[in-house]
Amino acid sequence: MHIPDGFINIPTATASAALAATGLGYSVRAAREKLDERAAPLVGLVAVFIFAGQMINFPVAAGTSGHLLGGALAAVLVGPHAASLALTVVLAIQALLFADGGLTALGLNVFNMSVVGVWGGYGAFVLMRKIFRYTRTSVLIGSAVGAFISVPLAATFFSIQYAIGGQGTFAASTVFAAMFTTHLLIGIGEAIITTLTVGAILKTRPDLVFGMLKVRK
Amino acid sequence: MHTESHAHTHGHSVGERLYIHRHSFVHELPGHIKLVAFFVFIIIAVLTPIQQWQSFVGYFLIISVALALSKLPMLTLAKRATIEFPFIIFALLMPFTAGGEMFDIGPVSLSREGSIAGLNLITKATLGVFCSMILAGSTTTHSLLAGFVRIKTPSLFVQIAAFMIRYLNVINDQMARMKVARESRGFQAQGIRSWPIFTSTLGALFIRSYERGERVHLAMLARGYAGTLSSLSVENVRPKHWRAGLTFPFLAALSFLLGRVLFS
Repeated sequence: MHIPDGFINIPTATASAALAATGLGYSVRAAREKLDERAAPLVGLVAVFIFAGQMINFPVAAGTSGHLLGGALAAVLVGPHAASLALTVVLAIQALLFADGGLTALGLNVFNMSVVGVWGGYGAFVLMRKIFRYTRTSVLIGSAVGAFISVPLAATFFSIQYAIGGQGTFAASTVFAAMFTTHLLIGIGEAIITTLTVGAILKTRPDLVFGMLKVRK
Repeated sequence: MHTESHAHTHGHSVGERLYIHRHSFVHELPGHIKLVAFFVFIIIAVLTPIQQWQSFVGYFLIISVALALSKLPMLTLAKRATIEFPFIIFALLMPFTAGGEMFDIGPVSLSREGSIAGLNLITKATLGVFCSMILAGSTTTHSLLAGFVRIKTPSLFVQIAAFMIRYLNVINDQMARMKVARESRGFQAQGIRSWPIFTSTLGALFIRSYERGERVHLAMLARGYAGTLSSLSVENVRPKHWRAGLTFPFLAALSFLLGRVLFS
């Protein structure tokens, strides 16, 4: 569920798009430097992974289900630069072809999820990995905390955008309270899925996990 | 996603998920013209204040004409449009929850401000959904990617999108096979306890996607890849394509001005 057309006004959307473009420009340069011509096929397949992974429905309770968002997971698995780019392309294709999120709201969605969500989650991951002394467990704790934080963080930035340029009648504080509490719950689900998935990959191919690079063997 | 029954597809159906093959003028338009028309149209629509309702009548007329010209099947599009439902519910709540001046329709009392805001969200979001469905239904992925190149999207993004679209079906099929395998082992999804099964699927999916990315990269190097995709041949663009494609945003601009005159 992404922001549709007409929900946040154009000036706010344009400003968010400019901020998002700045963040992405940094990731493009870093990805080119670190991955060189490997960047496109690898990030492309990460984008497919996120897109396909979002289609798995995790049953919650009483017939409801939720799905992975994947920003923090991708950041731990392939690094924040590649994750940011992959998620941006996923959001752009979802807006253009799947009508999930408006084209004029793309800058808002990209800023909240591919920039703030990915980098916020990754920041928390790095911090946790350091606090827990670069062990394998620290990577799992970092994945949980990073994934958990990334979701309400993105929701908070949505609430800020709504406060600045929202086209609804709900008070900004009501929207923030509702968005933040529901996304705290979603964040718990995201943390469980992310941690279990990272754990599953660490069992078989720890060499593929970007977040393991600085971990002592 | 959906399987449409086509009489013929000229091979366009290979790797396509949303494209629906028809012989129409909208299908014939090059990708970049459709992207530009879509973007300008929706910007105009979102910038129009909802009180200027006459303009929106015009926008919906323009979209209906584009839809009719595209010969896309309405039922399939209607199913795809259900993605908008959560926001419709959100918009429908506004007249009941917002305060201010109230007015009555039968036994219910509605907020004027809330009704206007709800109508604003539904109208603009619906226009966006229609644009996106017409684009998705009438544009092959090749035409879309070539369109991205033409409108000067940074090449890294175009390439990422190209790989994503190219391998989406492969990875989806892989996921479908894993689902069959899970179920044939007697797995039934029941609550949070089943999550580890799904996450091990996700883990396997990542490893396979990543390894496929590496193999694809090596295969590309073997064929002389040096950082750019040359396979995106540029489509034939004739002046009539630009004229026809830009008619839609032009009419929208006209509709905006007309609505403004009537409104003031």
